[in-house]
Amino acid sequence: MNSAADQLLVLVLLINFLVLGTRRTHVAIRAIAVQGVVLGLLPLLVHPFHGRILIITIFVLMAKGVFIPWLLLGAMKKVAIAEEVEPSLGYSGNIIAVALATMLAFVFAARLPLAAMHQGLLTVPASLATCLSGFIALASHRKAIKQVIGYLMLENGIFIFGLLLTEAMPLMVEAGALLDLIVGIFVMGIIINQISREFSSIDTGRMTALREVE
Amino acid sequence: MWLMTLLILLPMAGAMAAWLIPSNTARPWVLPLTASLHLGLVVAVCIVSPPPSPGGWIGLDAIGKLFLLELSVLFTACAFYAVNYLRYRQERKNRVLCMGMLVCLAAMSLSAVAHHLGLLWLAIETTTLCMAPQVYFNHNARSIEATWKYMLICSVGIALALLGIFFLAYSSLVAGLEPSLLLEQLRTYAPKLPTVWLNAAFCFMLVGYGAKMGLAPMHTWKPDAYGEAPGLVGALLAGGLANCGFLGLIRIYQICMASGDVQFYRAMLVGLGLFSIAVAAVFLVRQTDFKRMLAYSSVEHMGLFTLALGLGGKALYGAMLHLVGNGLAKGVLFLAAGNIHRAFASKNREVARGTFRRAPWSGALFLFGLFAMTGSPPFITFSSEYSFFSAAFSEGRPLVGTLLAVSLTVAFLGMSLTVLPVVFGDPPKNRERTRYGDTPLLVVPPLVLLLIVGVAGIWLPGPLYRLMNAAAALLEVVR
Repeated sequence: MNSAADQLLVLVLLINFLVLGTRRTHVAIRAIAVQGVVLGLLPLLVHPFHGRILIITIFVLMAKGVFIPWLLLGAMKKVAIAEEVEPSLGYSGNIIAVALATMLAFVFAARLPLAAMHQGLLTVPASLATCLSGFIALASHRKAIKQVIGYLMLENGIFIFGLLLTEAMPLMVEAGALLDLIVGIFVMGIIINQISREFSSIDTGRMTALREVE
Repeated sequence: MWLMTLLILLPMAGAMAAWLIPSNTARPWVLPLTASLHLGLVVAVCIVSPPPSPGGWIGLDAIGKLFLLELSVLFTACAFYAVNYLRYRQERKNRVLCMGMLVCLAAMSLSAVAHHLGLLWLAIETTTLCMAPQVYFNHNARSIEATWKYMLICSVGIALALLGIFFLAYSSLVAGLEPSLLLEQLRTYAPKLPTVWLNAAFCFMLVGYGAKMGLAPMHTWKPDAYGEAPGLVGALLAGGLANCGFLGLIRIYQICMASGDVQFYRAMLVGLGLFSIAVAAVFLVRQTDFKRMLAYSSVEHMGLFTLALGLGGKALYGAMLHLVGNGLAKGVLFLAAGNIHRAFASKNREVARGTFRRAPWSGALFLFGLFAMTGSPPFITFSSEYSFFSAAFSEGRPLVGTLLAVSLTVAFLGMSLTVLPVVFGDPPKNRERTRYGDTPLLVVPPLVLLLIVGVAGIWLPGPLYRLMNAAAALLEVVR
């Protein structure tokens, strides 16, 4: 690992704030696409050049940078979003939560026993912070499309941790995991369309028919 | 090796065929055809015991065999049932349903033979994805809400399990070993792995696969998905997919049991298991919707599996018995519930009353299914639940045993309060009669499942008994 990689990871952390703090969905989608591109470039920086690494990079760039954002933007266009739905924490609350999560991630990562070559790197805290931010997005947002963005962020955090293992993880599993992610997002995109048709809104707070009535 | 590959390729070929057949009435017949061939193949594989693949990625141990047998029997019953069910539902295109079920069968078979944690993860994630359109089969507002919750919670859960797998791989890197995700390799590594990373991996995989199993508090998707999906999809979710999650948990458990100090893992499993059983018991009381009731019953039984792993000892053999008993009994209940739902066009116990008079076979199946589910003798679930109690008391954990007894009693009473009026009550007079009537294809599959659960409780064939013991032995603490 090197300082270029660490700087990119700082960028990833900043994007977390942007995604959670922005009111506009298409900004959040584009931001998460940029995060995907940054993640795609990271393996090239942290590992010696290798055909396998190149394949992973191309695959990740195509999936996280192009295909998934395209799917989400497409889903958003079909859904005419008239009203804005406030997240349950509020936008400023979201940012404070992400700040706390990032701090916690750094404190926690400092206590973990790491392999000698990974000591003092941003990889582990950045991974934990991004995962936690994804969770905050999932819990706080009530709009289906923003929940999907939260899920993507969680996956991105896991991907960062996977950077420590790129040599250990077989290519097939990694490619498969990415493929499953794409299919998952695809299915979610279809469901979002159906939600908007049935409820004329993608506010999941309105889906209350199945609550347990006691 | 090729036999095991065939287990996965055969359902995939079936899915291709289902995609190509244009007729909505002929297509469902692909399901029983593929399922019967798959069942034959599973029996052959269990007898032959093929050696693992050269890289060790694919192999068949006793746990995998047991899982495959349960899965294939359940799937075959659902497949025959599906033919007649889909005849009732001609207004809906069933191409996606048939394909999804078969791809799911392939993925579930893969998870049974996968000995590489990454491959296992892939298989389990695939089962989640290809069941989503089936939960949405009815295409209405309620089913879309259920599908959304199912997709989101299961996807997030399974993502956490992946992070747990990464932690596990990283722990071997920290210990200075060649990183690996092969089950056997990790079991030999286990004593040398750093405890912090192994514990973290265990927790993440427990939460992740627990969400897939539907352990409380990650169970909230379950009543919705089971309630809104067609009965046969519910049967596959409860007896197939939930078991896949359990299999994921079993694999990490096997690694943890080889690590030497097992106190932490046992405590976590007992705690989460008991919590799930207690939560399920609370929600089973006053549950008016009988399909949602079955979902909470599934939460309860997934809790029992988790508790059994935590208790260890005799409970491990019980867990293997229960794997078969629970899966097949859930099949009986869900298929019968599907019939009752159609007979009354309602799944509420206030409306769907007196099944005995409207559809006597389905009513009887639902009643005996209740007995099979709640562990009454002579069903196989009686022996398994008995072994959980005896493990709890003999391992010196009377408090756990008592809590278990109270929860199971409450759950039994709660379920009876819903099932009895549905079976014995007076049919409502002011409602229009539906065109549903019991037909052989809708009644015989659950009946066969019920007979298996009953007969196996009285007399367990020798090979099956040895298989269960071998499976339980794989779960013991490695010394």
